[in-house]
Amino acid sequence: MSAYVIHDSATMLRRNFRHMVRYPSVSLLVIGIPVILLLLFVFVFVFGGTLGDGLGNAALGRDAYVDYVTPAIVLIAIAGAAQGTAISAAMDMHEGIIARFRTMGIARVSVLMGHVLGSTLQTMAGLVVVFGVAVLVGFRPHASVVEWMATGGLLLMITLAITWLSVALGLAPKSVEAASNLPMPLILLPFLSSGFVPVESMPAGLRWFAEWQPFTPFIETLRWLLMGAAIGRSAVLSVVWCVAIGLVGYLWAKKLYERGPAAR
Amino acid sequence: MTAALEVSGLRKSFGSTIALDGIDLRVEAGTVFALLGPNGAGKTTTVHVLSTLIEPDAGEARVAGHDVAREPDAVRAAIGVTGQFSAVDGLLTGEENLRLMADLCHLSRDEGHRRVAELVERFDLSEQARTPAVTYSGGMRRRVDLAMTLVGDPRIIFLDEPTTGLDPRSRREVWRIVQELVDGGTTIFLTTHYLEEADRLADRVAVMDRGRVVVEGTPDELKRRMPGGSIRVGFADVLALDAAAAALPGSVADEAALILQIPSDGQAASLRGVLDGLHAQSIDAERVSVHEPDLDEVFLALTGDVEEREGAVR
Repeated sequence: MSAYVIHDSATMLRRNFRHMVRYPSVSLLVIGIPVILLLLFVFVFVFGGTLGDGLGNAALGRDAYVDYVTPAIVLIAIAGAAQGTAISAAMDMHEGIIARFRTMGIARVSVLMGHVLGSTLQTMAGLVVVFGVAVLVGFRPHASVVEWMATGGLLLMITLAITWLSVALGLAPKSVEAASNLPMPLILLPFLSSGFVPVESMPAGLRWFAEWQPFTPFIETLRWLLMGAAIGRSAVLSVVWCVAIGLVGYLWAKKLYERGPAAR
Repeated sequence: MTAALEVSGLRKSFGSTIALDGIDLRVEAGTVFALLGPNGAGKTTTVHVLSTLIEPDAGEARVAGHDVAREPDAVRAAIGVTGQFSAVDGLLTGEENLRLMADLCHLSRDEGHRRVAELVERFDLSEQARTPAVTYSGGMRRRVDLAMTLVGDPRIIFLDEPTTGLDPRSRREVWRIVQELVDGGTTIFLTTHYLEEADRLADRVAVMDRGRVVVEGTPDELKRRMPGGSIRVGFADVLALDAAAAALPGSVADEAALILQIPSDGQAASLRGVLDGLHAQSIDAERVSVHEPDLDEVFLALTGDVEEREGAVR
């Protein structure tokens, strides 16, 4: 049966794609919210000048802040998509067809793979839109082709890890409503990172949290790749965090799926 | 004959609720087996265990020669399941649902196309094959559901209450399909609480109640366990009824309905005996009907009614 993991996962991915096309509200949410947030930050706060001035270098001010904040918005897009993933997975698990899949001789993990791969590709498409809009409102990265490819790789790795975790969060509770609330803290994490203000400007306790949570190295690595900012050990931390989050999400989701219908 | 399903000492509890309390069953290949019982008797749990959805706490179950707990993949490769709740993907069209099954059954591209086209034709799905399944009626959904189960050409098919909630026409349609499958050599394990369905389709019937098999046999054997049928004679007035009751020993008079009930084995001779007896006394009968025992009586006699059960608990 394990010989069919790729074949069955591809079949499930096609199924999830059809779902996205026929029930597009989750996809629109995933792409729409970060774009609105980006515009909000750029037009309300940046052109208002308050946040940009707060960076400590008034000469760079507004334009610099668009460059500064875009990586954070990109991460918010990934964290926000987690909610869509959890909702889709939770809704799907309540469908009778999942019970049918369980009685068929198919690779067990393929149902989850369909969700993870589908959501990951959906999120990546959303990120392309976010980058496009960011460039339109003044985002000016100076990255080489290689650095852009590395950026794509980093974002794919983060998205895969967070998506595995969100599928688990979608499967953990019994109701779809609860599943939609569970990933909410994820979307707050970019705000408590170096995403919008430097961690140095935070009070001690918060600063400690911001320095150690995964979104700060994610954002710092992005800044390094796109803007040539200082990197420190952020790249290594990012990889470690991605592997940890992805592995926990994968094992947890698999365990929850194996739990079977009796526990639901 | 070889056994398609063999179950011994099967037990399953959910918390403090005992769903299966030691089940033994044997179903021969190529036959229809019906599991009959009221809601909560353990029918669906039995299907869930046999179709590898849940693991039993104790006991053994072999499906198509494979142990459900130790070789679930081998069991899954041999079975098809149509559950109680629709297992159709509502966002996909009927045809896409069937294609999905063909892909998951690992059929080649050509074979998948051929099989899907064949099932669309056979289940009369062509008209709506290209609209999403959410728009289908209950009967249509059930047909797609059954067709999906058949894509992989399983040797053993589980049907959990296949006709519950269907109108009489759709029900007959499902019966016809089941009959076709059996004619093709497939083993069918179905659960139902319609006695007519079990009587009509099944080679053997097991009646379940509170997690146990209460009785098992052919529908005819089960009916024979009942005291037998009766002849019912209707009269114009109480006087005629009483006179007839006196003339026919062993009869029971229902004065409100003006009906006399006489135990009978259903033979023509016994009917003639009753009519001759009335004729000899010059009693005029208005109507005569012969009543055969049905599975309903067996069922109610074996499982008891709800009040009785609640009384027993208290």
